[in-house]
Amino acid sequence: MTSPLLSVENITVSFDGFNALDGISLQLMPTSIRVLIGPNGAGKSTLLDAIIGHVRPSSGRVVFKGRDITHMEEYRIVRDGICRKFQAPGVLESLTVMDNLNLAARRRRECWRSFSRGVAGGTYEQAERVLKLIDLAGKRNLPAGQLSHGEKQWLEIGMVVASDAELLLLDEPAAGMSHGESEQTAALIRELSSQHSFLVIDHDMAFVDQLDAPVSVMHMGRMLKEGTLKEIRNDPQIAAIYLGRDKEASVA
Amino acid sequence: MGHAAIIAGQAFNGVSVASILLLTALGLALSFGVMNVINMAHGEMLMVGGYLAYVASRIAHGPMAFLLALLLSFLGATLLGALLELTVIQRLYGRPLDTLLATWGVSLILQQGARSLFGAIGVEVVAPRWLNGSFAVHSGAFAGLSLPYVRIFIVALTAVVLVSLMLFIARTRWGLYLRAVHQDREMAQALGVNTRWVDLAVFAVGTGVAGLAGAALALIAPVTPTVGQNYVVYAFLVVIVGGMGSLLGTALAALSIGLITAGAQMFTSVSLADVLLLVLVIVFIQFRPQGIVFKRSRVMKEA
Amino acid sequence: MKKRLELSFDAAMLAALALAPFYLSSYHLSLLGRFLALAILSLGISLIWGWGGILSLGQGVFWGLGAYVLAMHLKLTGLAPGDIPDFMMWSGLDHLPGWWRLFQSPLPALVGAIAIPAAVAAGLAWLVFDRRVRGVYFALITQALALAFSTLLISEQAYTGGFNGLTDFTTIFGRVIIDPGFQRGIYWITLATLALCFLGCRWILNASFGKVLLAIRDGESRVRFLGYNPAAYKTVAFALAGALAGLSGALYILHVGVISPAMVGVVPSIEMVIAVAVGGRASLPGVILGTLLVNFGKDWISSAMPEVWQLAMGLLFILVVTVLPQGLAGIPGAAARLFRPRRKRQEPEAPRREMRKGAAMAAQEKD
Repeated sequence: MTSPLLSVENITVSFDGFNALDGISLQLMPTSIRVLIGPNGAGKSTLLDAIIGHVRPSSGRVVFKGRDITHMEEYRIVRDGICRKFQAPGVLESLTVMDNLNLAARRRRECWRSFSRGVAGGTYEQAERVLKLIDLAGKRNLPAGQLSHGEKQWLEIGMVVASDAELLLLDEPAAGMSHGESEQTAALIRELSSQHSFLVIDHDMAFVDQLDAPVSVMHMGRMLKEGTLKEIRNDPQIAAIYLGRDKEASVA
Repeated sequence: MGHAAIIAGQAFNGVSVASILLLTALGLALSFGVMNVINMAHGEMLMVGGYLAYVASRIAHGPMAFLLALLLSFLGATLLGALLELTVIQRLYGRPLDTLLATWGVSLILQQGARSLFGAIGVEVVAPRWLNGSFAVHSGAFAGLSLPYVRIFIVALTAVVLVSLMLFIARTRWGLYLRAVHQDREMAQALGVNTRWVDLAVFAVGTGVAGLAGAALALIAPVTPTVGQNYVVYAFLVVIVGGMGSLLGTALAALSIGLITAGAQMFTSVSLADVLLLVLVIVFIQFRPQGIVFKRSRVMKEA
Repeated sequence: MKKRLELSFDAAMLAALALAPFYLSSYHLSLLGRFLALAILSLGISLIWGWGGILSLGQGVFWGLGAYVLAMHLKLTGLAPGDIPDFMMWSGLDHLPGWWRLFQSPLPALVGAIAIPAAVAAGLAWLVFDRRVRGVYFALITQALALAFSTLLISEQAYTGGFNGLTDFTTIFGRVIIDPGFQRGIYWITLATLALCFLGCRWILNASFGKVLLAIRDGESRVRFLGYNPAAYKTVAFALAGALAGLSGALYILHVGVISPAMVGVVPSIEMVIAVAVGGRASLPGVILGTLLVNFGKDWISSAMPEVWQLAMGLLFILVVTVLPQGLAGIPGAAARLFRPRRKRQEPEAPRREMRKGAAMAAQEKD
């Protein structure tokens, strides 16, 4: 049996006495997909924050590739192999699409190595590959600020992919996308899961269904249940806490 | 005069300097917390308040004239602040650094305006008779200590302003709006809070309080066109140390900075005290980059 | 096409400046020389502010450090052996302080004039940026630094010449300063240094460093979560700007022959920023042009109507920021857009709500 790529062990994160995460644990194997769902405020984004070092847990630890990363600096965690797409699109608006990808694909991220003009071998090819993958080849020289909302989402997913990290955290990748677009996104994630592991948050159940992956339900900072989407759907306890959410989802 | 009296006297001096600093910084901290705007012309609001107090003291006489001057300073600076918000600040929301530069331009214009109207030489406001004299201690450990009534008045005025602002924010409907906008602007807007009005009111009241600070300052120092410049840099440091938009933090920071400066001046020169203060602020942010009082909330952590 | 236009503009500007000694009066040449020296500082401001989004209101400090270091050297070379500068005698010193002696020979003075400001800038920047303090906070801290620096210079009269600063230099590197041929030489040296700095800045901005810097301005968090350490990049940029400022200050005093606390405090520091804003903060040729225009304008207005200068300056601040945030360098683009036949407009202006959200988020991070 292989060892898990990521292992979140019993972490607690509190804001002003309120526990956003309350002793939560999670394990993720290499090249697998896990979907996180749960009502607003369940702590899904906070869990991603804690994994990537954006917030620091008050207890518990995060282990990645057998190494404790709980107190590592964010940029070092990323260099170690975790990359994240945030909820609000965070592309670099005044850089071109290609430069966004180049920056993400660069291996030499230290400041003292940034004064050369050329792009290191492999970086450029990687960026080109992702550019085709996200279907933005026609807009490679456009400033990213001029893309549409959906395209920005794709570009940011592309940046995360271009970073070639082993573990990719996606916070609502399909938000604001049309039905067709989110279908494409799900297919892309499935395809890439042969090389990367994914931890995906989303509310769109159709999208989650297409990912065809194990689902973990979070509620009030705790892990409520893990299983297939079908099992989750048929669970009466989850239906109870999720009733409001379900309505919203069907409206959207 | 014993050591205790000297130290107590200097400490009281520090507190009274801190009071004016606090009155100046309150408005800065409020508008920075709510609107993310730093107004470089804030010092000139203090200057305007000082000149208005001077004008009022020339026109009106009698024991209560000074209270009228205070009122005039507050209202005048409030109006000017509202005008500034409507003409310049609101065009630059979301560009805090550009706001710095534009308001610096405003401060240059206001300084030159004051110089043309009143001349470059300072004018004095004579304190009303009931503020003449001082509270003296003749016996005990603090024998020889003497606290001028003017300074006591300034400290009291500051306390009143601080407490009423805190009550206003904690108890009134407008205070609720303000807290809502501070916490989550989008949400407040969605719930029907008119954020335009909140911004305008916060900014104008903030400058009004700076105007009061100017009137208070006029009691102990001459008013010159550049009087605001000297105070406002320290007020900026108060905001940095105090934490974003926290009245309590601002008060604690103003008190610390006032006392540290007063203390340092006992041992070194004024200029070395300045350098020391800056070093302390930089050391401070190594440990608490978010300031003395910082509330972590869910909205805060979004990248 | 655009590239070639830019290149020919740069070349024309360089040619006009190189030939200036042949068509300008010596008075105007001396003005132009000192403003070209200032333009070196402006390049640094463009680097940190236009590209990195770091507003410094204390560049006068680094500029002043460079100027004072070279001025100390000039002061010492004018003395007979064993003498000490006049202001030291007046202040009751009887021998030269040790740290003055460091700059007795020209090489340490030249190196120090660049390295000392760069080191101070790097130290300050690291302490602040590593704690994720940025934006408005950083601007205010640098302003406090400018205030502290100038009051310190004034109060330590025995070591710094106090309010009057350092002046009355007679020779530099064995040449007499007031000699007209020497003046011309200094002018060309300044111009050549500026041209080199310009090329150097353009080179690093076109390298990955410049892209990362721009990316940090757009979204510091995003860059951090791509595995870059923004504090390191910002510190290096700020140190480079400090070095450019020091070099600028050292060259400047060769033209004016005096350095005093009034030239390095809060007000001059912020005037340096506005010159860059006028030219166009993110355009290297733009900031050079802006520096020349603003300073010639200042010289012209303040000699004709001194009381108007401050008003004009205030208006300039407000207008440039609200109406022309791209500065003069933004005019060609704006004009082109105006005259081009209607094209489908790209992405309408972001709704204000979103902009405000951005602002609020930037503030929340305070980092």
